[in-house]
Amino acid sequence: MSDDLSIQPLTIADRSFGSRLLVGTGKFSSNETMRDALAASGTELVTVALKRADLSGGGDPFANILDYLDADRYLIMPNTAGAMNAEEAVRIARLAQAAGLPNWVKLEIHPDPNYLLPDPIETLEAARILVEEGFVVLPYINADPVLAQRLQDVGVATVMPLGSPIGSNRGLDTRAQIEIIIEQARVPVVVDAGLGQPSQAAEAMEMGADAVLVNTAIAVAADPCRMARAFSAAVRAGRCARELGQSPVSRTAQATSPLTAFLD
Amino acid sequence: MSRFTEIFDRLPLEALRRQSLDTSERTLLPILQRGRAATLADFAALISPAAGTQLEELSRLSQNLTRKHFGKTIRLFAPLYLSNECVNICKYCGFSRHVDIPRITIPVDQAVRESRALADQGFRSILLVAGEHPKSVSNGYVEEVVRRVLPVMPSVALELGPLRTHEYAPLVNAGCEGLVVYQETYHRETYKEMHPAGPKSNFNWRLETPERAYEARFRRIGIGALLGLYDWRWELIALAAHAQYLTRRCWRTQITLSLPRLRPAPGEFQPRHAMSDREFVQAICALRLLLPHAGLVLSTRESPHLRNGLIRLGITNMSAGSSTEPGGYSSYDQNDWKQTREQEGEQFHISDERSPREFAEAIRTQGYEPVWKDFDQSLVSSGTPSETHL
Repeated sequence: MSDDLSIQPLTIADRSFGSRLLVGTGKFSSNETMRDALAASGTELVTVALKRADLSGGGDPFANILDYLDADRYLIMPNTAGAMNAEEAVRIARLAQAAGLPNWVKLEIHPDPNYLLPDPIETLEAARILVEEGFVVLPYINADPVLAQRLQDVGVATVMPLGSPIGSNRGLDTRAQIEIIIEQARVPVVVDAGLGQPSQAAEAMEMGADAVLVNTAIAVAADPCRMARAFSAAVRAGRCARELGQSPVSRTAQATSPLTAFLD
Repeated sequence: MSRFTEIFDRLPLEALRRQSLDTSERTLLPILQRGRAATLADFAALISPAAGTQLEELSRLSQNLTRKHFGKTIRLFAPLYLSNECVNICKYCGFSRHVDIPRITIPVDQAVRESRALADQGFRSILLVAGEHPKSVSNGYVEEVVRRVLPVMPSVALELGPLRTHEYAPLVNAGCEGLVVYQETYHRETYKEMHPAGPKSNFNWRLETPERAYEARFRRIGIGALLGLYDWRWELIALAAHAQYLTRRCWRTQITLSLPRLRPAPGEFQPRHAMSDREFVQAICALRLLLPHAGLVLSTRESPHLRNGLIRLGITNMSAGSSTEPGGYSSYDQNDWKQTREQEGEQFHISDERSPREFAEAIRTQGYEPVWKDFDQSLVSSGTPSETHL
């Protein structure tokens, strides 16, 4: 099946990924369900909230989410969820690295616990510090093209604009802004958050996003494994269409036999 | 932005309560169709007798909203009672100054031992609870407990007598994540009657506590009403208004709500205003439709049957295996987590006596994940990561 929808690999910071679907690890009904859904999704890049993991090295059985993530199969990217400012985010990234996790970090700073919208000022500052320290930084941002440019100037590995607020399932509410970010991008653009349906993920890929990150829609689905497969297929379909080039949208019918054929 | 005390008395709470009782199906249906309560008037409609006949639909909407924001998870925590010494008279409370019970404030070492025992049960989040007693439960004492407990417990919250902002600040700096303060009743006359003596008799001072806590930079602030003192619909509308206000003003803080319900118990204070289980469930679902992002907390006051059912309907945070007596956990059997003696100094008697492990299993049975650890103070302030492990 995948042969029919073969797509180019995704490259972030010199590392190549066969799948363009990134998956988050929160909100699942059990660690076992999460593990199976990740496998079903075909993802190669997963993100995990450090606040839920045990960093003591003591193998805490009550905070053992990392035990369910196969480091040979996925690049495990810690995220800074819970950080309310740049200082805290930087601290979390450093602690993750000290605990032996990869130096990739999904930078997310959301001081507002309700809509979990990212703080642009703190995100830029944290990105600057972490890039200087050698981290591969993937910042979660609002769909703000200027902020995306500023982040690329400091050396982030991707930008991750939100389609709509986390968990909202509203899809690409920020479509017009994301289109500008994609048009101007010097690094891969990953649409993160708000994708509630596979069709929305396909839409993001068709418009030129390099990848998408999905969590809630898979985690709370009645059957997370099947939903993970559905998203995987949608991402591949959307990317495949993008690579082939899409037909332009028109408000009028286009005659199959051109009206000016008699001139040929 | 004005303080809540400045706008509270202008809220049309009684009018909304009456409006709630008279809610018609015509008012209710558009709200259910939207699946959200946009205003306090919508909320009043959702806790109406008319909405009580639509409980299944209300539950479905609440479940969907909760899953979108919190997933299929329940965060677990345990209360750790430090002291039952108290200078207040609260007519309904087991710690009230007028009640004849053995009084104790446990030493810091014992608090650490009890935290370890709770950590062994799985808890990575505790709520330190104490009566209001400035001498025995001094700020210095609480601060020391927090500092000593943090290495074994990554998340620590407080439920103490209200303090000033500058008194909270050192506790936040010591590593406290959250603060819980219940108004008990939002009805001024009832409040006055229930709290005849002690600093707690100052209604406004208590009502402004969450704002002071926010200024001191707590990350999580819990509010609540003790249901049974006054008309539950009135209390719920006031609580919802308070939560709405705090959500706007304290935008960097997660607001959690709790609805401890007084139950009839022999020899104890009798609730004056009854609230049935169905009404209780309705209230929780209605709160979810008004406040989709708020944490909703449920304690072991409620029965196992009701708690099991509510796991899937909107609750996000639950306690388990709780003792409400200072030092109570020291008398628990460490294997099956059962009390080995009468808890004569307890604040109230719990209804759900299941051990933390039994309860975690009950959560799994409902298709949800029990989340023991969801915050780590060491990630956001200096110090080594918590050493919590078996």
